[in-house]
Amino acid sequence: MTVTDTDLGTDPSIARDSVASALEQDRVESHLNPPPSYDLADHPVPTGREEVWRFTPLKRLRGILDGEASDKQLRREASLPEGVTLTEITAEQARELGELAPNDRPSALAVANAGGAVLLDVPAELEATEPVVVTLTGKSADDLVWGHVVVRLGRFSKATVVLRHAGSARYAATTTVVVGDGAELNMVSLQDWDDDAVHLGRDAIRVGRDASVKHTSVSFGGDVVRMHANVEYDGPGGEAELLGLYFADAGQHLEHRLFADHNQPRTKSNVVYKGALQGQGARTVWIGNVLIRKVAEGIETYEENRNLVLTDGCQADSVPNLEIETGEIEGAGHASATARFDDEQLFYLRSRGVSDAEARRLVLHGFFNDLIRKVGIPSLEEQLTDTVEAELAKNVLDGLAPVGGAQ
Amino acid sequence: MSELVIKDLQVSVDTEDGPKEILKGVTLTIGSGETHAIMGPNGSGKSTLAYSIAGHPKYTITGGTVTLDGEDVLAMSVDERARAGMFLAMQYPVEVPGVSVSNFLRTAKTAIDGEAPKLRTWVKDVNGALERLNLDPTFGTRSVNEGFSGGEKKRHEIAQLELLDPKVAILDETDSGLDIDALKVVSDGVNRFREKEGKGVLLITHYTRILRYIKPDHVHVFVAGRVAASGGPELAEELEAEGYDKYLKAAAV
Repeated sequence: MTVTDTDLGTDPSIARDSVASALEQDRVESHLNPPPSYDLADHPVPTGREEVWRFTPLKRLRGILDGEASDKQLRREASLPEGVTLTEITAEQARELGELAPNDRPSALAVANAGGAVLLDVPAELEATEPVVVTLTGKSADDLVWGHVVVRLGRFSKATVVLRHAGSARYAATTTVVVGDGAELNMVSLQDWDDDAVHLGRDAIRVGRDASVKHTSVSFGGDVVRMHANVEYDGPGGEAELLGLYFADAGQHLEHRLFADHNQPRTKSNVVYKGALQGQGARTVWIGNVLIRKVAEGIETYEENRNLVLTDGCQADSVPNLEIETGEIEGAGHASATARFDDEQLFYLRSRGVSDAEARRLVLHGFFNDLIRKVGIPSLEEQLTDTVEAELAKNVLDGLAPVGGAQ
Repeated sequence: MSELVIKDLQVSVDTEDGPKEILKGVTLTIGSGETHAIMGPNGSGKSTLAYSIAGHPKYTITGGTVTLDGEDVLAMSVDERARAGMFLAMQYPVEVPGVSVSNFLRTAKTAIDGEAPKLRTWVKDVNGALERLNLDPTFGTRSVNEGFSGGEKKRHEIAQLELLDPKVAILDETDSGLDIDALKVVSDGVNRFREKEGKGVLLITHYTRILRYIKPDHVHVFVAGRVAASGGPELAEELEAEGYDKYLKAAAV
């Protein structure tokens, strides 16, 4: 792959630029991920024309980006294995813990307005046997709630964390996940909101040396859900697997934005997001981005997004990006596919006596099944399968004019 | 009892240049307990016959009738045809990622029978069918046709034939791409099906090789969308020796 094509010529300034770029003295910024800053002035109110905002229906965010103060909270219930703690800390303490500074307006507003953070702490070398389950429930879509969370895994610790969002709210939150050297985290963020919720979320993950992180974002509910999952590395040998599953119904906007910043050598990232859409105005957006910095030699990355469009009237946007500053890598690739039901698959199943609706259910079940198995939390897998079935029952099994030549 | 009656079947497909007629009036009766072999050169319309009887949406029926025990097959949806007792073993079975073979088989059996099979006997039946077709017991956990070898795909089709137990089986070039061992395993499976009372088989093939293992009652030569000649097993031997040239020339006139 040709990455850069610069004519050095004889102009000394060009030669100087070229040397500078070879050393990456000035930090390269990803065009899709503005530089981090706590200063709100660095994150102006978007107009909707910005590359990073152009897919998002700003009006339906119902004023969140104006940044009004609010002391409303989500009700918090937590199930914590022994040794794991959940405490309240100040915003300053969150910074001292090495959180990843906000890099967009919602996350900057969340830090500024939340009045402190919640720290989920897994001490070094603790291997939590049970999953940490934190359920955050909102009371009303009229409530504006700011969220600020830090998840810390000490060196060589191991934990599974499920963060479930339910009820309704206008919720903007930033979550930093700091994973210590050699630690292993399996984290799921479940957006199980009522129909009228708005959620702007950012999970920013720093993967320690030789640490591994699996992060799964699951979005079923809400009116507008816009989630970031960002990864960077604190040393070589870190691995991140970013998974996602979403199901948009009529009128729903579900947006997932991924960023793997390969800022350390011999790191890995693997992104797989799968979504289904059904009903008039169902909209999904997937923006994948990988930045391979000069220093990131020997890295391996792959990102993939697949969408299954179940009815007419849906729109799926899928944009994989790759920014490469070095070619000295193991591998980099991406794939994106958006399709309707495959007629040949349906024919095959129906030729075995399976009804059209049941064939569609089976294909969709299979489409998500591989991904659900990868989540690796048995208790959640069954729940996710059931939710997919329930979503499907809303439409396809009703026989509401599915596309793809039902007859 | 089962009788599949095809009368003057005419079928076309849509192409860029408009509809193209593929079957130009096919008449054939598969009587109860009979095995018919349809042999023909590439492009003669053999597969079109199989897929249009099964109801593939790509094909448009422009004339003729197909009945199974007097029931109008062409009026049925694809899945209704299967539930009425038709089975098509496909030349190119389709991958269904993420759906396990065992889930698929159970779903199909439930659909065909109208009720879920009894768990205990079903597991035994499935394992038995897989074993007879030389398929590993872990085969059931694999995704349908995904990553299967050519031989595994065909053996999986015949395992379905055993388990779903239709009245009439249409085998579309089930022998193509099989080595001799796999061909024997597949043929044994088909023969076990034929031994049952009243089962009809329409065996579509390009080669005579499979007819050494599955002895047909009737052989038809299929050329240019029509049955060009019909006879007994001796017709297959003639084709083996002389090929299709004679029939192709006649069709071209």
